Amino acid sequence: MSTLTQQEHQKVVQSLGREPNEVELGIFSVMWSEHCCYKSSKMYLKNFPTKSPRVLQGPGENAGIIDIGDGLAIAFKIESHNHPSFIEPYQGAATGVGGILRDIFTMGARPIASLNSLHFGSPDHPRTHYLLRGVVAGIGGYGNAVGVPMVGGEVRFDPCYNGNILVNAFTIGILRHDRIFRGIAKGVGNPVILVGSKTGRDGIHGATMASDVFAAESELKRPTVQVGDPFTEKKLMEACLEAFELNDAIVGIQDMGAAGFTCSTFEMSARGGVGMELWIDKIPLRETKMTPYEIMLSESQERMLLVAKKGREEELRKIFEKWELEFAVVGKVIAEKKVVGRFHAEKVFDLPVDPLTDGAPVYERPVHPPQKTAYSARHPVIEGKSAPHQQLEGLPIQEWVWRQYDYSVGTNTVIGPGKSAAVIRVKENGKLLALAVHSRADLCHVDPYQGAFQTVMESKEKLAKVGAAPLGLTNCLNFGNPENPEVMWQFKEACRGLADACRQGDIPVVSGNVSFYNETDGENIKPTPVIAMVGIVEKLCAA
Amino acid sequence: MKFGIVQFPGSNCDADCLHVVQNILRQEGFIIWHASTDLNGADCVILPGGFSYGDYLRTGAMAAHSPVMKSVVDFAERGGRVLGICNGFQILCEVGLLPGVLMRNKNLQFLCEKTELIADRSDTPFTSGYQKGKKITMPIAHMEGNYTIDDAGLASLKKRNQIVFRYAKNPNGSVGDIAGIINEKGNVLGLMPHPERVCETALGGTDGLKLFESVVRSCQH
Repeated sequence: MSTLTQQEHQKVVQSLGREPNEVELGIFSVMWSEHCCYKSSKMYLKNFPTKSPRVLQGPGENAGIIDIGDGLAIAFKIESHNHPSFIEPYQGAATGVGGILRDIFTMGARPIASLNSLHFGSPDHPRTHYLLRGVVAGIGGYGNAVGVPMVGGEVRFDPCYNGNILVNAFTIGILRHDRIFRGIAKGVGNPVILVGSKTGRDGIHGATMASDVFAAESELKRPTVQVGDPFTEKKLMEACLEAFELNDAIVGIQDMGAAGFTCSTFEMSARGGVGMELWIDKIPLRETKMTPYEIMLSESQERMLLVAKKGREEELRKIFEKWELEFAVVGKVIAEKKVVGRFHAEKVFDLPVDPLTDGAPVYERPVHPPQKTAYSARHPVIEGKSAPHQQLEGLPIQEWVWRQYDYSVGTNTVIGPGKSAAVIRVKENGKLLALAVHSRADLCHVDPYQGAFQTVMESKEKLAKVGAAPLGLTNCLNFGNPENPEVMWQFKEACRGLADACRQGDIPVVSGNVSFYNETDGENIKPTPVIAMVGIVEKLCAA
Repeated sequence: MKFGIVQFPGSNCDADCLHVVQNILRQEGFIIWHASTDLNGADCVILPGGFSYGDYLRTGAMAAHSPVMKSVVDFAERGGRVLGICNGFQILCEVGLLPGVLMRNKNLQFLCEKTELIADRSDTPFTSGYQKGKKITMPIAHMEGNYTIDDAGLASLKKRNQIVFRYAKNPNGSVGDIAGIINEKGNVLGLMPHPERVCETALGGTDGLKLFESVVRSCQH
């Protein structure tokens, strides 16, 4: 299956000097998908301010990292799981939580709190209640089991999400400065190791699915949605955190999220300026007769790829076996900047790293301001931003949602859901952190620049209400189809608004995610940049 | 005194309990891995909350068959103090140290909220810090907290004065509003609410701390 355009295909042939085989074409399709390479958004994301004296890691890694003093730091990120959650709300939302948790603990951080931002269609739409119940149960089912408190969030309703809901999940973790881990491969001859779950046929081409618009037959895409197992995630988290304590045993580690083995092998190689040899037949499988193509593109959950220092394998194996997890040496680091996949005696792919990573296409897509009148008629502004009067089972909707999330596990929740910002305590040094997730699609739809600007300002205000000053933010940019010049204009304007507001408020953007193609049957959602801002509490105020 | 906190794969309140024991009570606390049969000389064993072995089967059913539970049952039979919180309570019922079973909440949803409890006993090793009949506040966070027992069992619990905590306003459908019970001998307590989450003023209350302090006191006598 190839989702490359004709021009992209030509570019592939050009960079290889030959036609790619089927597996290679699958790898290019997924690596050059919007979801993985940010080809439509890259040129605008560059303009965000990403530095401050406290920023230890900006965008480009699994999560951003900010110093909070006493040798401690926080890692955080927000990510979307919109498309899978619409197709299969429980598993889609659950694996969204799983993915963001792994993004945090892969950096060496112990996750200590989560937030989420949910946008559903009109409360009267026949599908809304089904989606709401499924998504909330999925987030709770996964997060509660892993034991990371869900301390706050937002739930909003608007008819523009009738055919395309938004599920954005945020997690923050605590780590030590001297124990930051990155998704990097280094040291020729070092072993490449799979830890966590076996690989199955679930989620194949999930990333390409997430880079496409929806039509009436979206239900048929259910097999591209992954299935989550929070028990394995919890064990994987504990095992990884234990393994990080072994001095210098782990060189680099990366979550296998979108595009599984494909994305992790190429990205880790690119960051380290090296290559990898991957022994596909050594990968533990949960189904028989899987082909190399399926194995490379599977998005089975709860897997991590790590590069260990040669000779330290057995120490690591002991930890992962104690937690009853898979541990398999599946390759090695090589000097040449290419990834070679072998399946028994056969070489099934041999691809240079650069064209798939840094050399991925970047587009300056056409932009055009929307014709206001026609657009407003299609998307009337709904008064009241979060439908606070909606009730479910005798409770205000927000409360009905929050009580299904464990917000007090971890014994750090000073202010839980329902207030302007959540406040959590850092046990290690007694400091308090304030967290808020916020969006203003209603304003962005009228004026994406002003709306995005205002979203940042209001987030800052939310933190101020509990006595906190911002340290940084992460954003999840949910937009429609980027091939539509009106949508691309909204994106460009919203990014400009975010960048200006961040610059004015001295707030670095340390991580983020873009979700395009939120379009169903030709209808695009309102531009919905979601901000999650983290601050440090100077003097705690009751919110 | 020494608190041994059992860690099953999937436990997620083990660290919270350890924090209370070490940093607030200033007592000795350690983790006991589920595969171990050595309780390491603990004076009180805590079975913490979480989702032991994923709880994909009936809650606590797998954990009841783990190696460590053989030792915990022996320890309890010799009179050792055992405290089961949330998933720990479910495990105590599954292993037979406490009667009854925890079913899904009446509304079939996970419930996380503050609940008011009535302490019915102040004469157990776990509850000497509470005043009988007085209301206290503790959070619940569970999917299966609906305590269920047949009529004869309920009558027996009442007769033997084994109901220790009742909900002031029943959140989950529990028979007799039961939130926590003790065994006949008075050395094994199981409860669904989380006392370890209300041990610091900063986190919204200290009603849970009294439970742990009671245990420490009981071991000093």
